[in-house]
Amino acid sequence: MQDWPLWEVFIRSRRGLAHKHVGSLHACDAPMALANARDIYTRRSEGVSIWVVRSTDIIASAPGDKPILFDPSEDKVYRHPTFYEIPDEVDNL
Amino acid sequence: MNRQQALFEYLLRLGDNALILGQRLTEWIGHAPALEEEMGSANIALDLIGQARGWLAYAGTVEGAGRDEDDLAFQRDVMNFRNVLLVEQPNGHYGDTIARQYLFDAFHYPLLTALSACTDQSIAGIAAKASKEAAYHRRRSAEWVIRLGDGTAESHAKLQQSFDTLWPYTGELFALDEVDHTLRRTGVAADLTAVRREWHEHVTRTLAGATLVPPQEGWMQSGGKQGRHSEQLGYVLAEMQFLPRAYRDARW
Repeated sequence: MQDWPLWEVFIRSRRGLAHKHVGSLHACDAPMALANARDIYTRRSEGVSIWVVRSTDIIASAPGDKPILFDPSEDKVYRHPTFYEIPDEVDNL
Repeated sequence: MNRQQALFEYLLRLGDNALILGQRLTEWIGHAPALEEEMGSANIALDLIGQARGWLAYAGTVEGAGRDEDDLAFQRDVMNFRNVLLVEQPNGHYGDTIARQYLFDAFHYPLLTALSACTDQSIAGIAAKASKEAAYHRRRSAEWVIRLGDGTAESHAKLQQSFDTLWPYTGELFALDEVDHTLRRTGVAADLTAVRREWHEHVTRTLAGATLVPPQEGWMQSGGKQGRHSEQLGYVLAEMQFLPRAYRDARW
């Protein structure tokens, strides 16, 4: 069982929301990964849908790339929609 | 045997099966082969103990002697338990536990489905809720049977041995006696012949998928449903009942 692969678990908490990463677990194959995810991450009615993905199939950005990837957007305030006058009648935008 | 006595016995059988198998599964806590399996077993144990609570609470009401589910679970002695011998068998290795669980789940799900249509509304209610849990239990244990049976040469040989050893305990699941006959007349007891058909069909399919050979039909053990248990049950009860018996006022 020590050679079981690692799986990342995503749970959708209710209809209309996106799946959210909740953690990882070990399982011998995909159906057992789903079963284990159900047993470990939905015990308190946390979800209505589960995705499991092999951890090795996730392509992640490198932590060292943070300055190149994310710093340039910090001074681009015009990308935020904060320059509108919102009419009083509009409650949610 | 009047109808009330038969109903009490019947509810004890349902409750004690769930209680003892649930207790057996909790023995894996802290010892399971993987953390994920430990959580899975513990969840199933809790499902079963929750079901036992429902059956035994109703049994106490039917008996009318003022005993609640805790009294029935913790203050009865071995000979008064009515679970089948299968569920009290020791955990053994993980394959033994999986084989025991699957043989029971394959019986439990169709039984609860049948009881969901019971003329007794309390039984129908508990069974309808429990059958969803049992459907998941059966799926999970069947998946494990297939993986261990169709796994390595060693896991295959071990699981075949587990099924061969436990097979003589499966006959009792479907054995009818006066309790069943008394309750069948009023549409309360489930039709165990139909349950057996579904059990047999599911087990045959799962064993084939697991490349396991169905054990030879032969002499079957019996007695658990009438209170004649193997020595195993005494050890289970000793652990389960110690605290409430030693500390009668214990609360948590």
